[in-house]
Amino acid sequence: MIQSRQVVSRLGLALASFLLIPVALAAVPTAERQAKLDHLLLQDCGSCHGLRMTGGLGPALTREALAGKPRDSLIATVTHGRPGTAMPGWNALLDEQDIAYLVDRLLEGYPKP
Amino acid sequence: MIRPFLLLAAAGLLAACAQQPLRGTGDLGVVVERATGSLQIIESSNQSQLARIEGLGDLSHASVVFSRDQRYAYVFGRDGGLTKVDLLRQRIDRRVIQGGNSIGGAISQDGTLIAVGNYEPGGVKVFDAKTLELVADIPATPLADGSRNSRVVGVIDVPGRRFIYSLFDTDETWLLDFSQGNEPQITRFEGIGRQPYDALLTPEGRYYIAGLFGEDGMAKIDLWHPERGVERILDGYGRGQQKLPVYKMPHLEGWTVAGNQTFVPAVGQHRVLVMDSEKWQQTDAIDVAGQPIFVMARPDARQIWVNFAHPDNGKVQVIDSETHEVIADLEPGPAVLHMEFTARGDQLWLSVRDGEEIQVWDPYTLKLLKRLPAQSPSGIFFSSRAHETGL
Repeated sequence: MIQSRQVVSRLGLALASFLLIPVALAAVPTAERQAKLDHLLLQDCGSCHGLRMTGGLGPALTREALAGKPRDSLIATVTHGRPGTAMPGWNALLDEQDIAYLVDRLLEGYPKP
Repeated sequence: MIRPFLLLAAAGLLAACAQQPLRGTGDLGVVVERATGSLQIIESSNQSQLARIEGLGDLSHASVVFSRDQRYAYVFGRDGGLTKVDLLRQRIDRRVIQGGNSIGGAISQDGTLIAVGNYEPGGVKVFDAKTLELVADIPATPLADGSRNSRVVGVIDVPGRRFIYSLFDTDETWLLDFSQGNEPQITRFEGIGRQPYDALLTPEGRYYIAGLFGEDGMAKIDLWHPERGVERILDGYGRGQQKLPVYKMPHLEGWTVAGNQTFVPAVGQHRVLVMDSEKWQQTDAIDVAGQPIFVMARPDARQIWVNFAHPDNGKVQVIDSETHEVIADLEPGPAVLHMEFTARGDQLWLSVRDGEEIQVWDPYTLKLLKRLPAQSPSGIFFSSRAHETGL
């Protein structure tokens, strides 16, 4: 009985981790998608923020400029835009993982020196 | 006696030819390669590329004006660089870093002054066109919190050695008058409308029209009668319509005036608006394939070419200026950023950024004539702009 219960719980764990795998994978865009997002960051975000993220009509998005800004609020800004400014919400074109990826790229420092 | 002299002169001429064949510059132009900070010199007679010039800095959103002799191109870079490029010697003649972050500029009617609009520090700087020495520095209005000055947009030359531009953050238009010397007289127009993002001047230089991002409408100033102030036109053109997110600001500095009609992009909508160029009232709204960026009239005013913001930037549509029907749906390639007609309209050049090429189209047959390789090309500018007011 005890053994079988262990087996069941192990099976449960295995199942749970099996289920987790696709979730974990989905949390990071595929390499192909990442390349597309990098291109979008440079060319389309760069239209307003500058190809070197040093600002333009939109503010600078260099690592120094973003220092101290909470990741969640940056994600919210990209997702919903900033009403009253020229910053649009990108949730019509990008999903949550895409946006988190872009924000992380900026926080790491983009483009890399 | 005469013969040896002539021979000598001919030999001298030949030597000069071997060095640099004589040529004009009226058919020359430049293509901005924005990611690599380089410029290509192109020519439209044989539709070919002549040279690449490097070392122009950050060319995001770069624009170009030309000297009146059409020999020099002045390139305004994002990093505040102002570069004077010699189209004949195919090299940089002079270069200054004049600001931290700039958006574009203009050359005065007499060709002696270059005005540059800056985001950072917000304001306009004016330079001697020959030497690039600073002539005047005009800071824009400080923001209420004092953190910085307003960003400047839509710097345009106005007849009579004047420049005009708008202030994105403080909803103003300023007119600088250099006709009395290098200390400008400044006329300020306040409360023109929320967030002017760019502007156009009608071809004869009479009307300045600023597009507004913060509200549906445009602000018009009659430069024959600046004392009459700002008149709002196209007020509330999108009333009742849901605004779409704007992924790229439209541009207005094209030949959008086609005879007695003016075609302008509707911000946040998939429409091109048409106005009567005398009464300045809306006469139509044309449904198009995306959010319009450039709305350019073919020089004979018979067609209007339109490109679009992301994610519809692979398309170009051609509109019949008389019927307002879309007569062609073109798909030149990924990310069409800019279009430029030759002065008399026999060719249309367009840049396909992600296709890494420039394309030459026949705007009469709507056929692609030629593809030329380029590195992330953005703006295309022909030297004929030297003799157009407001470009």
